[in-house]
Amino acid sequence: MATLSDFPLLLLATLAKVVVVLVVLLTTIAYTVWLERKVVAHIQSRWGPYLVGPHGLLQPVADGLKFLFKEDIIPDQVDRLIFCLAPLLAFTLAFLSISVIPFGESVTLAGHTIPLQITDLNVGLLFILAVTSLGVYGVALAGWSSNSKFPLFGGLRSSAQLISYELTLGLAVVGVVMIAGSLSLREIVEQQHGLWNIFKQPLGFLLYFTAAIAETNRTPFDLPEAESELVGGYHTEYSSFKFAMFFMAEYANMVTVSCLATSLFFGGWLGPVFGPPIVRSLLPVVWFALKVLTFLFVYIWIRGTLPRFRYDQLMNFGWRFTLPLALLNVLGTSLIVAWRSA
Amino acid sequence: MAVTLEKIPGQEERVILSMGPQHPSTHGVLRLVLELDGETVIRSLFDIGYLHTGFEKSFEALTYSQGITLTDRMDYLAPLSNNLGFCLAIEKLLDLEAPPRAQWTRVLLTELTRIQSHLVWLGSHALELGAMSVFLYCFREREDILRIFELVSGQRMMTSYFRVGGLALEPPLGWLRRVEKFVQMFPARLQEYEDLLTKNPIWLKRTVGIGTISAEDAVALSLSGPSLRASGVNWDIRKAEPYSSYEKFQFNVPTRPEGDVYARYLVRMDEMRESLKIVRQAMEGMPEGPIKANAPHVVLPDRESMKTSIEALIYHFKLVTEGFHPPVGEVYQTIESPRGEIGFYIVSDGSPKPYRCHVRAPSFGNLTTLLKIIEGRLLADVVACIASLDTVLGEIDR
Repeated sequence: MATLSDFPLLLLATLAKVVVVLVVLLTTIAYTVWLERKVVAHIQSRWGPYLVGPHGLLQPVADGLKFLFKEDIIPDQVDRLIFCLAPLLAFTLAFLSISVIPFGESVTLAGHTIPLQITDLNVGLLFILAVTSLGVYGVALAGWSSNSKFPLFGGLRSSAQLISYELTLGLAVVGVVMIAGSLSLREIVEQQHGLWNIFKQPLGFLLYFTAAIAETNRTPFDLPEAESELVGGYHTEYSSFKFAMFFMAEYANMVTVSCLATSLFFGGWLGPVFGPPIVRSLLPVVWFALKVLTFLFVYIWIRGTLPRFRYDQLMNFGWRFTLPLALLNVLGTSLIVAWRSA
Repeated sequence: MAVTLEKIPGQEERVILSMGPQHPSTHGVLRLVLELDGETVIRSLFDIGYLHTGFEKSFEALTYSQGITLTDRMDYLAPLSNNLGFCLAIEKLLDLEAPPRAQWTRVLLTELTRIQSHLVWLGSHALELGAMSVFLYCFREREDILRIFELVSGQRMMTSYFRVGGLALEPPLGWLRRVEKFVQMFPARLQEYEDLLTKNPIWLKRTVGIGTISAEDAVALSLSGPSLRASGVNWDIRKAEPYSSYEKFQFNVPTRPEGDVYARYLVRMDEMRESLKIVRQAMEGMPEGPIKANAPHVVLPDRESMKTSIEALIYHFKLVTEGFHPPVGEVYQTIESPRGEIGFYIVSDGSPKPYRCHVRAPSFGNLTTLLKIIEGRLLADVVACIASLDTVLGEIDR
């Protein structure tokens, strides 16, 4: 149990974790972009980035610097306050949800056991759902405040899409929550020691992943930024670092969704552990990272393969297909859980 | 003064969206003015002319041979088809026929042009519906065809390879082997695109029943080419009024009765297979003989004969400095370009430059159907419809 004398150390540990996680997340985002460009390029029989660094590995750095040095244009007709606030909102909220994701079990440093997670909220899952729902404000406000037609359409589409798929997303994970009997992600992961949840909740996983792709505005649900229809969608009027913020928010959301899928359905950090103590405590992090990477790869793979839905078809698909299925899944799971406990 | 939609008095205000000319999916510089209710198109107008370069007027300032270079630049995705149409029109005026080998080569190259033009269409169509990979696959294969063009004419896109009375140059030795290689490779690639799209549920959802146009409307609005055949009208100039020995080739004209975006997709996919068939026949049955007609007053002489015969040298000088003099009269010649019926109407006053040259551009006719088929449709369908009509703005804004 932590006492008051431990407080400085715990604070330090938490701060260190925040910094490490933030740095790792930013790097992951940068390299997810690189990975995406590389994987999609190879799918399309191209080379992708190749000139900046070996195999274009320094490309993300170059891109980041470029964004910093670009002129930051704020068009005359925009609502300045909201226009500047929207990317911040999208960016912050996208990064916030990562704080409750457990990356590994724990490490023991100087007699103190530090869990590999920024904070273990007992309603962690609920927190993530809440924060990702708030993310729609960034997009909707960006579309609205730009005071221009294409961004407006993008913002509207996005709001409608996020709200529709939020329901499916929430319901898809209810099954897992019922099995685990907890909303804490750490506990959900720990309960998967015997069998991963994917085997208990296959339908739940498929629904979750579909809804998650829609939530993160990725192909085939990338309507809010369908460049062939809406030019740039909600971020048409944005430039320089404000645009980069949206860009990073999108990839941060992808990472979060992948982390969540790993934790909820694929046993999080669980995997074979061996070797000396330090390896034993860090190996789970590697498993976790590998699983998340697999998800990111699938995301990119889908993007390289599928065409895009139409707006109304997307809505139909959400309300008439995935939502009833999610409800059915909840019903079925609850019946089984009730039968087991009876 | 930009085209705009006037507000109808007494009606509630709706969003007027100006789509283009710098919009990513208006195929160049088409501008659409859309009145939207939500995302549904209520009324629409199109605004063309952003790519106007005055081709038709420019023809009057150039000799007939020089005019060929303009035809490349009109429909920049099907340069050889345009070359052929223009050359055939002048040959008709001169009552001249190209030798068999030239005709066969022309058929072979125009069918390759059809394939590469359809590849660009397929690629951009897929890209506009979000399937990005197909776009790059198509351009990969198109590159092979462009290399063949470069091999033959020295130019990838602006080939200007066909000349009045034959071809510009003797094609290099062994060029048919390159064509052979392409013909061998292409069917598998075509299958690859079909695997990605034809039965893909999302693709079907985006294309089936969208932008339907009936056969009557299609004819009334002067739709032509594959888009017309997708509405169930079996009309192909290659069959109806054969030119350049097309009557000697066996091929089918694919048609579909539905008339929607998906039908237009299927027809063009089948057309690529048929074109491949023609290419194979032309390759196998390629006759021997000269590549230019024996008409010294029109056709440039060989370099060898110029050095040995004084007449050839004089003709060369006359043709290069002045051009040839066709008889007074007017002539109209249509051919089946990848986009449809392209016609060249030429009026000659006996001078080496045409008095007037008008082009019946298939894209222009095809575009006129657009407003009809996007009415009441969603914004995303507008993009699909534009893509499925396969218009080239360079040709519309002559």
